[in-house]
Amino acid sequence: MRVLWALVRGPVGVASTAFVAVVAALAMAAPWVSRTDPNQITNDVLLAPLTQAVLGTDELGRDVLVGLLYGLRVSLLVGLLAAAFATLVGIAIGALAGYFGGWIDTALMRITEVFQVMPSFILAAVIVALLGPGLTRVVMVIAILSWPEAARVMRGEVLRVKQLEYVDAVRCLGIGELSVMIREVIPNALGPVLAVGTLIIGRAILLEASLSFFGLSSPDSVSWGRMANSGQQFLFAAWWLSVFPGIAIFVTVLMFNLFGDTVGRALNPRYARS
Amino acid sequence: MRRYVLSRAAAAVFIIAVVMVVNFLLTHVVPGNPVDALVGEFPAPPEYVEKVKRDFGLDRPLLVQLWLYAAALAQGNLGFSFANREAVLPLILRHAGNTLLLMIPALSAAAIGGILLGSAAARRAGGLYDAALTAVTLAGYATPVFWLAQVLIVIFAVTLHWLPAQGMLSIDQGSGTLASVVKDYLRHLVLPGFAIAISYMAVVARVCRASLLEAMRQDFVLLALSKGLWPARVFWRHVLPNALIPVITVIGYNFGFALTGAILTETVFGWPGLGYLFITSIAKRDYPVLEGIFLLASVAVVLANLLTDLAYAAVDPRVRRSLLGAAA
Repeated sequence: MRVLWALVRGPVGVASTAFVAVVAALAMAAPWVSRTDPNQITNDVLLAPLTQAVLGTDELGRDVLVGLLYGLRVSLLVGLLAAAFATLVGIAIGALAGYFGGWIDTALMRITEVFQVMPSFILAAVIVALLGPGLTRVVMVIAILSWPEAARVMRGEVLRVKQLEYVDAVRCLGIGELSVMIREVIPNALGPVLAVGTLIIGRAILLEASLSFFGLSSPDSVSWGRMANSGQQFLFAAWWLSVFPGIAIFVTVLMFNLFGDTVGRALNPRYARS
Repeated sequence: MRRYVLSRAAAAVFIIAVVMVVNFLLTHVVPGNPVDALVGEFPAPPEYVEKVKRDFGLDRPLLVQLWLYAAALAQGNLGFSFANREAVLPLILRHAGNTLLLMIPALSAAAIGGILLGSAAARRAGGLYDAALTAVTLAGYATPVFWLAQVLIVIFAVTLHWLPAQGMLSIDQGSGTLASVVKDYLRHLVLPGFAIAISYMAVVARVCRASLLEAMRQDFVLLALSKGLWPARVFWRHVLPNALIPVITVIGYNFGFALTGAILTETVFGWPGLGYLFITSIAKRDYPVLEGIFLLASVAVVLANLLTDLAYAAVDPRVRRSLLGAAA
C-alpha cells in the first residue's frame, strides 16, 4: 500500500501512472471502443486528418486512428510479455550468480556480458528473418536479448542481501542453501529488478516497433512500426501515415520509461522513507 | 597495465568466439534445411548446393561442422550471395564504407557537440539549460529513430525543399568536380546525420555534465583556485581532463547503439550502406548476407569497446606512466 502511494507522488508519477492505466484499459477494450475493423478497406483513400477520419486514412482507406488503437494492443502485449520473461530470466541468473559466487558467478556473468555486447536489434532481426515472423517469436527474441540488465541488477542486490544477519540466522536453523536463496534472499532482493523490468517494457515496445518497421512482424496483426513503414512511400503525399504511428510509439515508450523511474523510486526504501 | 590490456583483449576474443558460435547455430534453427540458411531462398545452381553441403560437411557431426565453419570464416569466406551474384564479404565491406561515411561525421559532431553542451550545462547547473538537456535525453530514449528520420524528410525535404530526401549523391554527379561531389554528399549527409547524432549527443552531454560537476567538487580544484590560478585555466587544465574518462566510456560503449540507429536511418533515406543492404536482404531472404552483417557488426562493436577500454587507460595519467614504464 505504501508503495502504491509512493507511485502517485509528484506530477510525473501521477501522469505516467494514469497514462499506463488508461492505455491498458484502452487496449483491453479496443473491440468495444471502436466497432470498425482496423483492416477494413474502404473507398475513402488517403483522406487528410480532421476530415471524415480524425487522423486520416491510408492508401486502402483504412482508418489510421483505429489502426493505432489495435496497434496499441500488439505493442503492449509484446512489451509486457517480453519484459516479464526477461525479468524472470534475469532474476534466476542474477540470483544464482550473486548467491553462489565463485565459478558459477564468473561463468554466468561472462555469458551476460556477451549478450550485452551483441548488437541486439541486428541479432533480433536476423533471428526473426530466419525463423519467419510471428508474435510469440518476436516476444521470445526480445526477451532473450533484454535479460542481461535485469540479471546484473539482481546479482548486485543478492550480493547485498545475502550478507544480512537474518540470512545467517536462517542458515543456522539448518535449512538448505537453495531454499535459503529461494525463500529468504530472492523475495527481499526483488525491488530494484522489478524497477528495471518496468524500464524493459519501454525498450521492448521500441524494439518491436523497429522490427515491424523492417517488415518483421506477423502480417495479419496491425502494428505501429508496420504502419510507419507502409507510410514511408507516401511521405511526399500523405505525411500522416508515418507521423501519427511514430507519435504513438514515442509517447507510449516515454510514458513507460517515466513509469519505470517512478516504480524504481517507489520500490527504493531509502526514497520512500525520506 | 599489460595485464589489463591482455585481459580486455582476451574478453574481446571470447565474445567474438561466442558470436561466431551463435551465428553458426542460427543456420541450424532455420525451419527445414541448413542449406537454405547457407544459400538463401534464391534459386541456386544444384552444383553449388552440393558444394556447400560438402564444404560445410552438413552430413557430419555438429562439432565438425562448427570447425569447418570457423575455418571458412578464418579465410574470409562468409558465403556467396546469389541475390547479388557476389561473395558476401566484399559486398558487406563496400556497403560498410558508405555507412562509415554517414556514421563518422555524425558521431564526431555528436561527441564534440555533446562535450560542449555538457560543459555549458555544468557551469550553469540547475538552470533551464539543465532541464532542456534532461528533456532531450528522455525524448531521445523514447524516439524511434526511423520516425525521426521520416519527420525530418517531411519538414526539410518535402515542405521546405532545403535538403535532399533520398540517397547519398545526386544522380547527375557523374561528371562533377571533386568539390561539387563533396558538397553534394554533405547536403545529403545533414538529415540522416542529424537523426543519428541527436540522441547520442544528448547522452554524451548528460554524462559530461555529471562528471564535470563531480570533478569540480574535488579537493585539487579548490587547491588550484586557492593558489590563485585563473578559473578558466583550472577548468581546461584540471577539471576537464579528469572528467573526460566517463565521457570516453559513454562515447565508445554506445557505438553499437549508434550503428543500430544508422542501419534504421539508412533505410528511410535510401542511403546505400549496411542498413539498406540489410533490409533488401531481408526482403530477398538472402540469409548469408544477414548473418554476415550480424557477425561484422558484432566484431565492430567488440573492437569499439576494446578501443574504449584502451583509450580509458591512456587518458589516465597513472596508467599512461606505467605503460611508458613498461615500454622502456
